[in-house]
Amino acid sequence: MRRNQRRKPALSGQWKETLVRRVTRILTAGIATASLAFTATACGESSTEASSGENKGIGLSYDEGGRGDHSFNDSAAKGYDKAKKELKLGGKEITAKTGETEADRYQHLADLADAGYNPVIAVGFAYAPSVTKAAKKYKDVDFAIVDAVVDLPNVTSLVFNEHEASYLAGVAAALKSKSDHIGFIGGTDSVLIKKFAGGFEQGIKDTNPKAKLDVQWVKEGNDTAGFGQPDRGKEIASGMLARDIDVIYSAAGASGSGAIEATAKKKGAWSIGVDGDQYNSEPLAPYKNSILTSAVKNVDVAVYNFVKSIEDGKKLTGVQSFTLEQGGVSLSYSGGFIDDIKPKIEEAQKKISDGDIKVTDTYKG
Amino acid sequence: MKRFSVERVLLTLLAPVLALAAAFVITSVVLVATGKDPFTAFWVMFDYGTKSDSQVFILNKATTYYLAGLAVAIGFRMNLFNIGVDGQYRLAAFFAAAVGGALELPVLVHIPLIILVAMLVGAMWASIAALLKVYRGVSEVISTIMLNSLATSFIGYLLVEDRLAVLHKDTNSVSTQPLPESGQFFSFDMGADGEIWGFIVVSVLAGIGFWFLLGRTRFGFDLRAVGRSEEAAKASGVGVKRMVITSMALSGAVAGLTGLPLLLNDSHQFTSNFPTGIGFTGIAIALLGRNNPVGIAFAALLWGFLERGGNRLEFHGYDKEIVGVMQGVIVLCVVIAYELVRRYSLKSQQRMVGAELAAAGQGGPGGPGPDSGTGGEGPGDGGDGPDDRGPDAGPNTPDSTEKKEVPA
Repeated sequence: MRRNQRRKPALSGQWKETLVRRVTRILTAGIATASLAFTATACGESSTEASSGENKGIGLSYDEGGRGDHSFNDSAAKGYDKAKKELKLGGKEITAKTGETEADRYQHLADLADAGYNPVIAVGFAYAPSVTKAAKKYKDVDFAIVDAVVDLPNVTSLVFNEHEASYLAGVAAALKSKSDHIGFIGGTDSVLIKKFAGGFEQGIKDTNPKAKLDVQWVKEGNDTAGFGQPDRGKEIASGMLARDIDVIYSAAGASGSGAIEATAKKKGAWSIGVDGDQYNSEPLAPYKNSILTSAVKNVDVAVYNFVKSIEDGKKLTGVQSFTLEQGGVSLSYSGGFIDDIKPKIEEAQKKISDGDIKVTDTYKG
Repeated sequence: MKRFSVERVLLTLLAPVLALAAAFVITSVVLVATGKDPFTAFWVMFDYGTKSDSQVFILNKATTYYLAGLAVAIGFRMNLFNIGVDGQYRLAAFFAAAVGGALELPVLVHIPLIILVAMLVGAMWASIAALLKVYRGVSEVISTIMLNSLATSFIGYLLVEDRLAVLHKDTNSVSTQPLPESGQFFSFDMGADGEIWGFIVVSVLAGIGFWFLLGRTRFGFDLRAVGRSEEAAKASGVGVKRMVITSMALSGAVAGLTGLPLLLNDSHQFTSNFPTGIGFTGIAIALLGRNNPVGIAFAALLWGFLERGGNRLEFHGYDKEIVGVMQGVIVLCVVIAYELVRRYSLKSQQRMVGAELAAAGQGGPGGPGPDSGTGGEGPGDGGDGPDDRGPDAGPNTPDSTEKKEVPA
């Protein structure tokens, strides 16, 4: 209203003012468009043209969390360190940020390949589409991906039979539980973690059909944040212990550490570790006397073997399944808590290796 | 008059330039403090970020960020803080992917349908917060944050085999049914540098639509009026409740577009690792671009550039987190710089008015017309000045106009 009062008189002044405003705006828009167009024409040299020819060693791109997660990524880092040291190679590590897109992940791989790193190893199934894309572009580079299968001639897929080790963990849990009530804590309800849950459940049922299993997820909806919440892991474990559950297996990264801590406080309760041999894990040392065993996934072995096979000129190709039979996954005996039931576990292990037991790789519940 | 306009343009540009310069200095200090050489870092970022394939990457990133920024800006203009863009775009992209993957239609029907579904879902999800605000007085800040978590759980519930997803055993992932050929958006082939996503066209159109709707229509005027003073708008007959619902739904609809460049041009399916957090990036970009369609475009490009260059920094032994520091510092500096520039321009306006008044007192009734000087600053202005602010709008302009009306 005020505006109308103000604008009624002196039309000519307003005209001039509008004109000036228009011109300014058109200019701004023009500059913006021009700069956009400049960018859009993609002028100048491409970053790929600037690379040098020499091979600089191993390129490794981590999943979210990166080195220092006491679990999956650290296991890959261990293999990388070993390969660098023993095979005297150079190397470069890159870490994924939270919320990365396909384009970011591709950039990590392409950067490594461009800079002359070969082989390039992608840690984590999230890399599957970007490895596919990068492998098609960099045909001379040897790629490897952990936890996923990419069907290309220059990609080696390093996958693990986590469900088989989890089956053995289930056997141990069923034999050690006094209340016949067992718990499983998964970081998130993803396909991968369901492999752990499925194998674990089958191992329990095959050993003690009466035993009951409670499965809980730290985060639902494939939310990987569930791997980084020790406090939630602790809460869930405390809840389970209160329900008279006396063996808890957590496949939940750092959240699992919380569960192990909570379980250690209750006498007679056991926890089962995952990925690494958590009995020997430094930060978990105060609780190690309640860590029954760990379902070990030897990502380090896979990474090291892959790099070594290239150095030896006998590259591992295609899908490399790291099975229980080959020692790619295993159940640890550290601490000696399951030595008494070793024959039963070895019997199950043999049945799996011989194919008498077919372990499910998914959990429906 | 002309002189003043030039000054205004300079002032408008001054704030972001000031902010960037300050951010530059602060980041350098951080780098030096961690024992790293800042100049090499900036050089690496600049050198790598301007490469031709980087330009393609940046444009694609900016396409997404621009839409997120616009969605947030619609709310800001109305004094609504839509933190829920994050949940809105993910839910919208998910349902759009599910519907798009389930159907096989001609391209001309298929893609518009996917876009429509995404906008509708985004709008509906956002309206929940709007309805709660209007009828129950729930702050949209709280409700939209909660709706983000709900969206995550909702997607998690449906993104399961046998519900709305298919399982890929090979890659340990679940996704919606992949979009058929007819549901994929066109792109501009740049040869070895990759592809520029065709969705950039939609982004540009959305920007033009934003400018037209807010600056050139009755609706836009009402929206901005409510944003500046709810009471005043109510008094002049604007239905505030209706405006809250409409603008929140509109913000949600644009948020719904945010996930589509990734979906239609890149992944062609909604997977368990669809990127999260773009809604929050949108808030930063809207702040940096001062809720102005051109400003947001520059902000989005800058963000893309920082991320591209930042990804490369780790390569040269710098911590990749430094880019996060840089982005945070830029947003802080921008907020401060705009406030400083606003105060400065307010002071200079008052000085000018004072001088004119004094001149008018001496020169008699033939003094300056009521439209001179700050005429271009009224609330009906197209809105690219530093005074045309979002949520923190102050009463500076009405003041100056009132003073002008004294002699008239």
